[in-house]
Order: sequence, then structure tokens, then C-alpha cells
Amino acid sequence: MILQALTLTLKLAVTVSVILLVAGVPLACWLAFSPRRWKFFVEALVSLPIVLPPTVLGFYLLVALGPLSPIGRWYQTLSGHALAFTFGGLVIGSVLYSLPFAVQPMATSFAAVDGRLLQASALLGASRWRTFWRILLPLGLPGVLTGFVLSFAHTLGEFGVVLMIGGNIPGATRTISILIFDQVETLDYAAANRTALLLLVLCFALLTVLYALRRRAVWGLWSWK
Amino acid sequence: MSAAEMRGPGPELLVAIRKSFSANRAANQSFLLDVEFSVAPGFTILFGPSGSGKTTLLDCIAGLRRADSGRIAIAGDLLFDANAAANLPAHRRRVGYLLQFLALFPHMTVEQNVQYGLHGLAKQERERRSQEILESFRIAALSRRRPAELSGGERQRVALARTLVLRPRALLLDEPLTALDSKVKSQIVDDLRAWNENQRIPILYVTHQREEGFALGERVLAMNSGKIVAQGSAHDVLQRPALETVAQLTGFENVLVCSFVAAHPEQGTMTCRAAESHVELEIPLSRIDQSRPLRVGIRAGDILLASAAPQGLSARNILPGTLVNLRQQDVMLQAIVNCGVKLEVHITPAARDALQLQEGSQVWLVVKTYSCQVWQGSGQNSR
Repeated sequence: MILQALTLTLKLAVTVSVILLVAGVPLACWLAFSPRRWKFFVEALVSLPIVLPPTVLGFYLLVALGPLSPIGRWYQTLSGHALAFTFGGLVIGSVLYSLPFAVQPMATSFAAVDGRLLQASALLGASRWRTFWRILLPLGLPGVLTGFVLSFAHTLGEFGVVLMIGGNIPGATRTISILIFDQVETLDYAAANRTALLLLVLCFALLTVLYALRRRAVWGLWSWK
Repeated sequence: MSAAEMRGPGPELLVAIRKSFSANRAANQSFLLDVEFSVAPGFTILFGPSGSGKTTLLDCIAGLRRADSGRIAIAGDLLFDANAAANLPAHRRRVGYLLQFLALFPHMTVEQNVQYGLHGLAKQERERRSQEILESFRIAALSRRRPAELSGGERQRVALARTLVLRPRALLLDEPLTALDSKVKSQIVDDLRAWNENQRIPILYVTHQREEGFALGERVLAMNSGKIVAQGSAHDVLQRPALETVAQLTGFENVLVCSFVAAHPEQGTMTCRAAESHVELEIPLSRIDQSRPLRVGIRAGDILLASAAPQGLSARNILPGTLVNLRQQDVMLQAIVNCGVKLEVHITPAARDALQLQEGSQVWLVVKTYSCQVWQGSGQNSR
């Protein structure tokens, strides 16, 4: 039972963190460099999951993904089943919920890259695309890595949103944190302890590796050869 | 400017632009950059005080900023023309621009930095060209190092090599050598000159140091408040300024307003008196309007300072005074001496110690007649 929940949790965390890596980097770049005046609006929107109770996000997602909303109905006609209470629904909820944890460190580290290096790149004939791949991304890599690992770890420990839109279906939506809740509900404290300890150790190990990597000289590890 | 002139011989850089810019954002002052000049192949010094618009001008030429109006061309090829709505982006202008902050990429080795702009070429050609430029700037031995492992002079060489390996059509240098000691500086400049023997591109070198202008310049453009206020040979512009603004920015620390007293044509000199004082100076005989005040410029480095009344000197101006202020400025000392007028004198710390100078000391200033630069009014002979 633990193994099933663990596999599901890892699968969810990997999916979510990879999606956030691919989507978060361009969004972070835009937040770091866009001159648009209404940028603050997007910043606030991205950060919303940090302050919002997971139940609020979960509730609106449940409504949005269910048969009451056009999106939910559209998905249902395409796939034959609703998004709510499925793994797919869980991924959508987790991506939104972990968005600030991925985007904020990335945007901060992109903004910290010396703009004169980007100018120098353009002066040496590099297009924006090349400047991004050769200068901005390597120099912003610590933040990108932090965002990736934080979104992974945050998804591991997620509870409220998952419960709201995923429920508690073994093999489909029952993640480790839901399993702990389930075990405590049924007064199986020993099992709950084992599961909780596993999650604790896993998260701690992950963060230890992250901070250890960040301490190393970043250029040495990730220089382009 | 006619089309024929734009197509003139040689890869000349032609700049005729206007742009409003703010020199001091805090004070919210706005200036108008309004220049028209050409830069021939070889070194041209762009010289002016900070805030005069030098960097804004270079940014416009390189394409980092857009001029409000006008045109910029190299060897007849348009880089920017406000009327024709032509504006090549920086990465397509082929203008080398060395920023004051060298902006070497910290995560790349010297070789990777130098090859950065060559990505369109085959690997072999890329390596041949980078090897060639690394050798001409004597940094081939450093090619595996990262910028953090280089000295200031070495970084400078890498930044130059990285820019020049692209064979730019013009080179802009924004005070790149200011922080280097003069020996390292002159070696780098020699290597740059040697490189340009073959390439013959226009090099526009920005500085606010008069000495640099002298050492480098075949031609000098002097800039102030967004305008070119003088241009010509280094000697003409820096040594014999035609304009008071240029005099001040070319390092006459002392500018005295004087009235004419007497002419001594047989000696080639004349006497004048500093305003509101009894200080009289013997200065070179110049054609001036004797009824109008004139200005005398004396460089602080051209004045001798003595702790006892000097005797047996050829210098005609010996002024007793009191040392009122002594201040360290870089490696030299700035002394302010009150002789009836206050004059700034530059001395070395060793001289201070040998003469046991301190504030309040009685001193004598010695000024040679030909150290006095004379001019009258402003706006005359500006070019």
C-alpha cells in the first residue's frame, strides 16, 4: 500500500516538476525582463498559491474541472471521463499549486544576471535566443535548479489540493500525504508513523542535496564545454 | 550631407544624430545630444567630462540605444537612419563596443569567450581565428583560464580579442583602460595599434583623462553637454584650447580672470593682474583686446612649490603664499595655496615629506611664463 502511494507520489512530483521546468523558465524570463506595466498583475497571480489556503484553490479547481464548467465538459466529451478525481486532474492542480515555488527562484536568479553581460552578448552578434541558451540559462542555473527541486519537493508534500480534487482513490489519486491522513483516520498510528517518516526523510534528503549542490561553485559544475 | 560624401573613400564612421538624454537621473536633468562628426581609420579620442553624453553617444552608435533623429553609417552602409526608418539591431551592426565593465562571461574560459561571436563558422576556422587573435594580444597561454583567474590587464586583452576576432567595421572603447597602470596600458595600446595596421578601422576611444588623450590620439573630439565643442589634432585640442570649456575639461585646474597691465613686445611677454588681487603674472604676449578681461589657465602640475624664497630661476612668476589645504588625490597631493588668489598645485607625497609641508606653511609658487595659457572670451575659433 505504501509502495503504491509512494510510486504515485513520485510519478506526480516528477510530472509536475518537469512541466513547471518547461513552463516556468519562459514565464520567469518574462517576469524578470518584461517592461510591461501590468507585470505586477501576473506576479501577484503567480504568487497567489503561497497565501491561499489549498482548499480554496482545490475547490475552484474542482468546480472548473468538473462537469459544471465548460472546460470540464469539453474534456469529458474528448476523453469520455471527467478530470476531477483522476491523475490528470491532480497534475493540473499541483502545477498551479507549486507554480510560485518554481517560478520565483527562477525569476530572481534571471533578474540577478548582470544585464551588461546580455548587452555584451548582443554586441558580439548573438541573437536573443543564443543569449538565452549560452548566457542567461547557464548563469541562472542555480535558480532554475532550485525552482525545479522545490516544485518537486512541494508536490511530494502536498495535501489540501490533492484531497479536494483527487479524493482518495488507491493507485489513482492516493498520494503519500493522503495515505497518512487515511491511516490516522483509521487510528493505525504505527502505519501512519512509517509513512510519515518516509516522507520526512525523503524531503530532508532532497533539500540536503539541493543546498549541497548550491554551495559548490556553480560554473565548475555546469560550464558549457 | 550629400550621398557622395556618405560613400567617401575608406571605412569612415559617420555620425550625425540628436538624442535627448538624462545625465543625472536623480536631478531629472535632461540634455540634448547633438553631434555631427566623422571618424577616420585609426585612433580618435572622444574626450569630455562625465555626464557629457559620451556613453550615450557610443550606445547609439552600437545600437544599444536609439537616437531620436539623424543617421549613422560606416563606409557608406547605413546603420541607422531616422528618416528611412532604418535601424539595424546591435547584433547585426558589426560595431565592436568594449564596455567599461568588460563583461567577460564568467562561466566560460578565455577561449570560449573569444570564440563566442564566431558560432556561425566551421570549427576549424573558428579555432584558427581565435588562435590568431589570442596570439596578437599575447594571451594564447591563458586560453583555458576563466575570467576570475585573470589580472586586470589580461581581462582587458581578452575583452579586446573577443571583440576584434569578429573583424568589426569600427571599434568603440568606453574608458576601458582607466583602471590599468600606464605601463600595462601602453603595451595594450601598442598591440591594438599593431592589429589595426592591417585592419584600418576607425577606433573611437572615450576617456576623461587628458594624459590618455595625448598618448593615444591622432585626432581628438572634445565633448561637453552633449555637443562636440572642439576637434582637431591632440595637440591643438588638448594643449592649445580655443574654448574655455575645453580648457576646463582638458585639465586647467586654475583659471584666473585677469586684466591687462602692460605689454613687453621685446620680450614676447605681457603682464596681467588677477581680478580682485594684487597678483601680477607675466604671460606670453598674445593678441587680445586690452580693454577686456582675459583668462589665464595654469595646470596644477605645471606649478613648482618651494618652501623657501627661490633664487636664480628663469621663471618670471614667483608668488609667495600660504598653504591652506593639502589633500590626497589618488597617488598625488592636491595643495591649495593662497597667494592673494587661490591656486591648486599638485605635488608628490615625497615632496611633502621633504619640504615638511603642512597647512599654514609659508610657500612660494613658481610659474613659468609659457605655462600660462591665455585666451579671451569664449566662442572664438571654436573649430
